[in-house]
Formats: sequence, structure tokens, C-alpha cells
Amino acid sequence: MFYREAGDFKTSYQDDNQTFPIKFDRYRYYAVLFAAFAVIPFLVNDYWVNAIFLPFLIYSIAAIGLNILVGYCGQVSLGTGGFMAVGAYAVYKLMTAFPDVSFAIHVVLAGGVTAIVGVMFGLPSLRIKGFYLAVATLAAQFFLVWLFNRVPWFYNYSASGQINAPVRTVFGVEVTGPTAEPWAVYLFCLVFLTLCAIIARNLTRGSVGRKWMAIRDMDIAAEIIGVNPLTAKLSAFAVSSFFVGISGALFFGVYLGAVEVGEAFGINKSFLVLFMIIIGGLGSIFGSFAGAAFLVLLPVLLKNVLVSGLGWPTDLAAHLEFMIVGGLIVTFLILEPHGLAQLWRVAKEKLRLWPFPH
Amino acid sequence: MPDQLIFGMEVFLNGLMAGVLYALVALGFVLIYKASGIFNYAQGVMALFAAMTLVGVMEGQVPFSHLINAVLGTDVHHFGWHLPALIGILTTMAVMVGLAWLVQKIIFKHLVGQEPIILFMATIGLAYFMEGLGDMMWGADIKKLDVGLPQGINIWIDETTYGIFGYGFFIDNLDIVATIIAAILVAILVAFSQYTKQGRAMRAVADDHQAALSVGVSLNFIWVMVWSVAGFVALVAGIMWGTKSGVQFSLSLIALKALPVLMLGGFTSIPGAIVGGLIIGVGEKLFEFAVGPLIGGATENWFAYVLALIFLVFRPQGLFGDKIIERV
Amino acid sequence: MKRTLITAAVAGIMAAAPAMAELTFTALSYRTGPYAANGIPFADGYQDYFTLLNERDGGIGGEMVNLLECETGYNTEKGVECYESTKGEGALVYQPLSTGITYQLIPKATADGIPVHSMGYGRTSAKNGEVFRNIFNYPANYWDGASVGIKHLLDINGGDLSGKKVALVYHNSAYGKEPIRTLEEAAKKHGFELSLLPVDHPGQEQKSQWLQIRRDRPDYVLMWGWGVMNQVAIQEAVNIRFPMENFIGVWWSGSENDVLPAGEKAHGYKALTFHNVGDDFPVFDDIQKYVVDGGKAAGAGDQIGTALYNRGLYAAMLAAEAAKTAQGIHGVSDITPAQMRDGMENLVITEEKMASLGLPGFGPSFNVSCQNHGGDGMVAVSQWDANAGKWSLITDFVQSDQDILNPLIDEDSASFAAENNITPGCN
Repeated sequence: MFYREAGDFKTSYQDDNQTFPIKFDRYRYYAVLFAAFAVIPFLVNDYWVNAIFLPFLIYSIAAIGLNILVGYCGQVSLGTGGFMAVGAYAVYKLMTAFPDVSFAIHVVLAGGVTAIVGVMFGLPSLRIKGFYLAVATLAAQFFLVWLFNRVPWFYNYSASGQINAPVRTVFGVEVTGPTAEPWAVYLFCLVFLTLCAIIARNLTRGSVGRKWMAIRDMDIAAEIIGVNPLTAKLSAFAVSSFFVGISGALFFGVYLGAVEVGEAFGINKSFLVLFMIIIGGLGSIFGSFAGAAFLVLLPVLLKNVLVSGLGWPTDLAAHLEFMIVGGLIVTFLILEPHGLAQLWRVAKEKLRLWPFPH
Repeated sequence: MPDQLIFGMEVFLNGLMAGVLYALVALGFVLIYKASGIFNYAQGVMALFAAMTLVGVMEGQVPFSHLINAVLGTDVHHFGWHLPALIGILTTMAVMVGLAWLVQKIIFKHLVGQEPIILFMATIGLAYFMEGLGDMMWGADIKKLDVGLPQGINIWIDETTYGIFGYGFFIDNLDIVATIIAAILVAILVAFSQYTKQGRAMRAVADDHQAALSVGVSLNFIWVMVWSVAGFVALVAGIMWGTKSGVQFSLSLIALKALPVLMLGGFTSIPGAIVGGLIIGVGEKLFEFAVGPLIGGATENWFAYVLALIFLVFRPQGLFGDKIIERV
Repeated sequence: MKRTLITAAVAGIMAAAPAMAELTFTALSYRTGPYAANGIPFADGYQDYFTLLNERDGGIGGEMVNLLECETGYNTEKGVECYESTKGEGALVYQPLSTGITYQLIPKATADGIPVHSMGYGRTSAKNGEVFRNIFNYPANYWDGASVGIKHLLDINGGDLSGKKVALVYHNSAYGKEPIRTLEEAAKKHGFELSLLPVDHPGQEQKSQWLQIRRDRPDYVLMWGWGVMNQVAIQEAVNIRFPMENFIGVWWSGSENDVLPAGEKAHGYKALTFHNVGDDFPVFDDIQKYVVDGGKAAGAGDQIGTALYNRGLYAAMLAAEAAKTAQGIHGVSDITPAQMRDGMENLVITEEKMASLGLPGFGPSFNVSCQNHGGDGMVAVSQWDANAGKWSLITDFVQSDQDILNPLIDEDSASFAAENNITPGCN
């Protein structure tokens, strides 16, 4: 009823090209932003932030990053865990080497370091394609984890081999360490996520994004119409790794506070983030959010329902959780093979016609 | 002969044997990918599930006993029988065929003609589901699997090589058995696909779904069959690895060992899986032997991928993969 | 703000329902996931002991015990969720049961004022209670284990290891690398040759490592393994006919799960332990009577008396004793996490106390103090009898070589204190 273009006249090209051309969509977007920035920070407590919002926000950043590479540029990557580890270790080295610099700068720099590493491991993509490319990124995954475990310089020669995030601040507010306030860490990650999403959205609808999509749809054709595959693929690797590096830095610094590389950034992480974007929808920013929400929030929800609500034994509940998540993935696929984002698009189409579908 | 060379030979032989075990896992992937274009992420979990079912059947475990006990308040665990391995394997095979039928009926029938990435994702869902189901059915403890395969050093090889080199080579009997079984398995698969009606139909489907459909091949039947065969291969792989380490969750991780093999050998080639497995096995073992000590060891995991990567840079479609022809 | 919230919540609960007052313990267990086989018996033992206390004694000091179980699947992120969801309920002490979760909780729990007991795992230097105020790792840690392993080798060699070769097969992770420094120091001191053989996670394929052992013929092999790596390593040792009595695993490589798949050939394999094994203790009769017969056994009830079940039971016993100590110190029965911390810091375990609990000789006697959160480092060696299908202790609880360990602990805890601006001290 409210959700339609009718009566929403565009008078400039700028209006025509905006991210949310429908007024209702735009207001909804502002409402979500308002709620996220101005309402939730006052309501959250430790549990909501540490168990729900932080993993959701951080995995969303990783998923956006990977979606740029896989969804927009068509280069399958299974190295996300390794690249997140690069981000985490880069931020650790920066934090301990320059304790007086703002943590936000460290995170961005860690993203930059990851981008460089990502480009290096992206080089084989010029020659290898499809599922075969996954091997190059898997080599990155296993090699990086091995490297961080093997070379003591990366963990400052500590006897435990783990890295621990010391207390660091942004504008005088603690964002890492155990005493950081829930609202502060929440807002800190939210700012990064919002910036990443806006950057990603605008990159993907600009000329860079169109080059990526041309490469994805058919790289030879793209080359013929003048897209340089070298710069297009490597820029996708760079941008993607930049986001993934940021998420790794936040994952270590803000969320967990202490990690060991093999456990926190193993191959499972790579698969998990890949699952997120496939389930959410390839080539969709909204899909990255939806996929992250699905795989982060659903298990927590199921656990709370089954264990706290129904009083099941924890192990049976955990097994059932797996079966339900698996079953839901398959069900969604059969209903809508292109992920949650497509479901959302279809729902929006229906809404535009509602209540008069004919 | 210098010691290092003799040791190198021993490592080489063991690498070959390890490669056969990797190839066994990779085979299952290749079969399904070839026939239906599905990259079956659940292959590792299938191996685990098959091995768990085998142990459960042989030991007479009551499936879902924990769930039954929790819901009904009963206390059932075992039927109280012990079955010989052969019956266990046959029963497990029946379960795997049933599973293949269900998978086809419930999932992939509805996803015919979808893009590879979507089919891949469906297998992710399947993997999640089977992980939960397997644990719920049979419990998460480590199960000893004993189907009567020999294990331990092969004395004959030890003594013979001692006579020749003055150093007895170590070859595991289980590896020898695995090699023989793998050879038989591949021979059967090749004979099956070359000389039987169903096998030819399978190859026809692999070449072109629509053409096969138009000459009267039932896609449904072929796919159920392929999933059953893959289930059988998973069972064999599960037995081999499970004999070594006991049947436990980590068995599903052997899929990771198969990935570089697949990349190297090509997703669509059965000989590729075998040769790829051998190259990866030998390569990673020799690298660990020669270079590992210099850089701190435990290099096998990543080196397998780097090795595959180096090969791929020269042959992007894998060793035996179908040649990529690119047209606009 | 956070702390006030918790205290407010706790106070709220207490004010609202004074009659319901009970002691809340948490079990961050892992009954699923890759290490479920090890997690189940521990969780069962931990749970059964508290059930026993509730059924037999009516709880601890008149307060019923409320055990919250939370499934982590050995996954750090799920562990965070578990911690956050249970800490508001007034959990007295955390037994995180995973290296990753422990490291994660060390700063968090300290800030929240909740004690953590990482028994036989976690950060070794947490033994220094002046730096790690809320973290306890009594009765023994990995470095104690490594040191006692070497002491055992000294014993069977008449006190002289010079010229011997010892190999360490370890999980290539922070956990697996724990004993290396200790072993290197010991190698210097006792003149044996140490070789290191890392195994990459998960450790299903160890041909390279065991071929090397077969070539180099070390006299002894120590193992710091976990999960599938244990079973494969023991099987490979059997395959190359390495004498099992010269093969010693840490306590996480010393459960029934690890030796059973290798069958009879695993006979003679040794493992370090900081608690006794078997079910030949009076407390097991009580467990049978009050827990199992009452249909209240945790899990499937088929783990009683296994090595890891005993470890869970032992952990629960230490937690319950610390709670009793805390009740004694503060004179209240309904203790808070901060009081629980005091109880843990003043915990005294004596032979008489264990005997009165129906656990004579179940573990070493030790005192916890502010300076020493790690006990006296008493570790014993157990050996697997494949014919009888059980473990048995073959040595007494022996103290580790404090000369080697103390400098290492001081060094590591000092660096943690410097990194986190902690002033070591007891107030």
C-alpha cells in the first residue's frame, strides 16, 4: 500500500540513481540506521552485545568482503579464515607496537595489510578459474595459519603462543579489553559495518563494480569489451581482503580478545563465511547481512528455545540444531535457489502490488 | 647407498600408499561431480555416517537410543547381537542406497538444472543435517572399527629390504590392503561404466543430460545410482580411515585431504583422482622429509595445496580434467 | 556499569526469591563436535558429582546446587555465548574446558570478578596468583606434566638420562607447544637429546612423523596430542612396534578413548595424570546408590570410572570443596562469585579430607595461596592394561622440578602483567 513508486517523482539524475529509489525503502533504511545507532546502544547488555550483535556485525563485514569477491567478481575463495588471521595478527602487531595510536586507525591499517596479502594470493586467479581457484585460496588458508603458528615474531614471542588484545581506546573510550562497555564496542563495530556496507554498495554499482560483474558473467567477453582482467580481478581481491582483514581485526580485538590462529581462523571459518554469502545470496549486500544473521543468530535462537525453553539435554539440542539448520538450508533452496536476498526481493515485488495484485 | 636416499625411498613408498587413501576419498567426489555436476561437500560426512552405521550395525547398537531414552525414559542401548563384518557392510550399503534415494527424492529432484554453486550449497545443508543425524543416531563417542583388516608393519617387506639395503622399510599392512582394494574398486568402476548398460547410461548422463534424457535414460535412476556408488566409496574410505583412528567426528575431515587431490587431478576424471592422490601423497611426504625439518615441520597440510597450485598454474583444468574451451 | 548490573541482577534474584537461594555452577561442556568423545565423560563426571551432593547431602552447606550446562562444542565463540548467558545467573566458577575459551575468559572473568578454574589446561603461568587474581589452575599444569614425565624417565633410568634421545610428538598449536620450553630446559639440565615432531591439526595422517621416529630410534616418546591425533599416534606407534612402555602421553592423551581403538597392542602405554583412575573408591558406591539407581545419571551413564569421568568428578569435587571453604570463611551459605574466589584461594586439600569425601588418595594434597594458584605440581604416571581394559597408577604423585618451572612462570606472568598494566600483588 505504502510501498510503491507511484507519486514518488524524481527530478534529478541524482535522485534517480540513489541506492533506495522508493521512498518507503529509504525511510525504512533511515529507520534501521536510527534504531541501530540511537536506540539499540541504550538497550544492550553484555549478553546481547557479546553473544549476538558482535558476531553478527563482524561476520557481516566478512561476508560483505567475500561477497565482493565471490558474488560480484565470481572468484571462489576459501581463504577467508586465513585473511581474517592476517587482519587479526596485523592489528595485534600494530596495537602492541604503537599503543598510543587510535585503535580505529590500527583496524584500517590491518585491513590494508590484508589487502596486500590478498592481492598476492589473488595472482593465480589470472590463470585458474572456478572451483579450481579455490585451491589457490586454500593454499593461502593453510599456509597463513601455519605461518602464524610457526613464527614467534607474530605473537611477540609469548610463551603461550596466543595473542591477547590489550586495552585500547578510540576518542578516549575503551573499545578493546575486558572492561570496554557494551555500547562502545557495539557502536565501534557498527560504524565499521556501516562504512563497509556503504563503500561496498557504491563500489559495486560504479564502474569498478561493473567491471567485476562483467568478469564474473564472462571473463573473455569482458576482456574483449575492454575490461582489464588483471586490474579487475586483483582489485576485487584487494577490496575483498581489505574488508575481511577489518573483520578479522575486530574479531580478535573487540570480540574475542584472545585468539589462537589454528582454532579461531581455521578452514571452518572460511567455509562458514562462504556458507553465509551463498545462503544470503551471492551478489547482494543485503544477502551478506541475511546470511550472517542466519548462521549466527539461528543457532543461538535454537539453543535458547531447545535448552532453556524446552529443557532438552544440551547434546540432543545441539544435534537437533545441526539438523534444523541443514534442513532449513535445503528447504530455502528448494523454495528459492538464489538465497535469502532473492526471497526478500520477491517479497518486495509482492508488496509493491499489494493489496491489488492484478 | 647413502642413508638419506634409502630413507627417501621409504618415504616415497609410504607417500604412494597415503596417496591411495586420499584418492579413495577423492573418488567419491569425482563420481558425483561427473554424473551430475554437483560438488558434494557432504562426501566426508557420508564417510563418517557410513562408518558409524557399520559399527552401529555390527555392534547391535540401538539407533537414536539417547533420544529414545530421553523422551520415553527408557534405558535401551544394545540389541545384544554382534554381526560379522560382511553382513554389517551389506546392511550399511542398503542404508546408503536408501540415503541416496532420499537425497535424490527430497533434495536434488527439485534442483535439476540449477547452477553449480546452488547444488553445492544444497550439499552443505545435507552435510549439516547428516552431521546432526549421525551423532543423534549413533552417539558421539569414538567407536572401534574392526572388520578384520590387518594392521601393522609388513614383515616380509621389512626383511627383504633389510637384506638389500641394510635397512628394513616400513610399510603398513593396512595401506597395502587399501591399495589392493582401491585397485579392485577402480577396476570394477571402470568395467561397470564401460561394459554395463547402466554404466553406459551413466557416462551418457555425464556427457550431456539432455541428450541422455532424449534417448530414454532415466536421470533420476542414474543419479540415485551414482549417489549409491559414492556412498559405497564413502563406506570403503570410512572403513580404511576408521580402522586406523577409530570412528569419530574427525573422519568427516578427510574430505579436506581429498580437495587438493581433486584440484590436481581434475574434478571429472577417475584416473585423475588416482594419479592426483599419488602425486599429493608422495609430494607432501617427501617435502616433509626433506624440507620440513628446516622450517619447523607440520608442512603437509599446506604443501599439498601449494603443490596442487603449482600444477594448476601450468594446467588450469587439472591433470586429467576436461580441456577448458572458452568462447564468447 | 557492567559490574553494577550484575550485582543488581544477582541482588534482584536474591531479594525476589530468598527461599530459592541456591549455588549456581556452570558446566561449559562439549558433548558434540570433533572432541565430543572426550567431552562427554568429563561432563558426566562433573554433573554426577553435583547430583550426588544434592541427593545425598542436600547440596553444599545446606544450599542446593544448580548446575547450568551449556554446550560449547569446543568452539570459542559458542563458549563466549555460554559465558555471557550464564554469568548473569550468578555462576560461581567457570571450568571452560578448552584452551581457546580459557584465554578468552581470563581477562573477561577477571573484570567481572568471577573465578575461573582451568584444571590441567589453559594458561600455565596463571599459577602466579599475584598476576592472575581470578584464574586458578591447580593441581597441576602442562609444565608440571612435562617435568614429571622427565622425572619418571630419570627414575626408570637410575637418575641418568645423558645421551638418551627423547622425542616430543605434539599437536601443532599453542597447546601442543606448551611443554617445549620445559623440556628444553630439562634437556640442558639432564643432558638428553630432544627432538620435536609437530603434527598438524587434526592429525589423521602421521606417517611422516612415525617414519622419522622409526629412523631416529628415540629411546622415549612424549606426546601432547588431542582428539583424533591421539588414536592415530598410538596406532602408528603400535605399527612401527615402538615399545609402548616408552611412550608417555599427557593427560589429554590418556583416556580410554585414546587406547581402545588400537586394541591389545596398546598395552603398556603410559599417560600422565593429576588424579587417580579407576572406580575403586567409596564415592562410586554412593554415585551408584544416589545417582545411577535414582535414574539421575548424566548422559548415557556408561562413562563412570573412566579416566575423563574421574577428571570431571575431581574438578567438581574441588569446586565443591572451594565453595565449602568460602562458606566457612565468610560465614554465609549463599556465597557470591567473589567469595567463591576467596574459597578457591584458601583451598586446602588433604589426605583426610579426600578420605572423608570417599575419595582416599584420589589426588595429591595441596594448598592454594594467593601467590600460588597452581598447587604443588604433583603428577603421577598411569599405565594402560589392555587385558583388564583399565588404567592404573604406577607411581605416586611426584612433584615437578620447581627449579626449572618457577623462572618460566615468573617470566611469562610478568610479560602478561606488563602487557595488561597489572600490578602484581595480593590485595
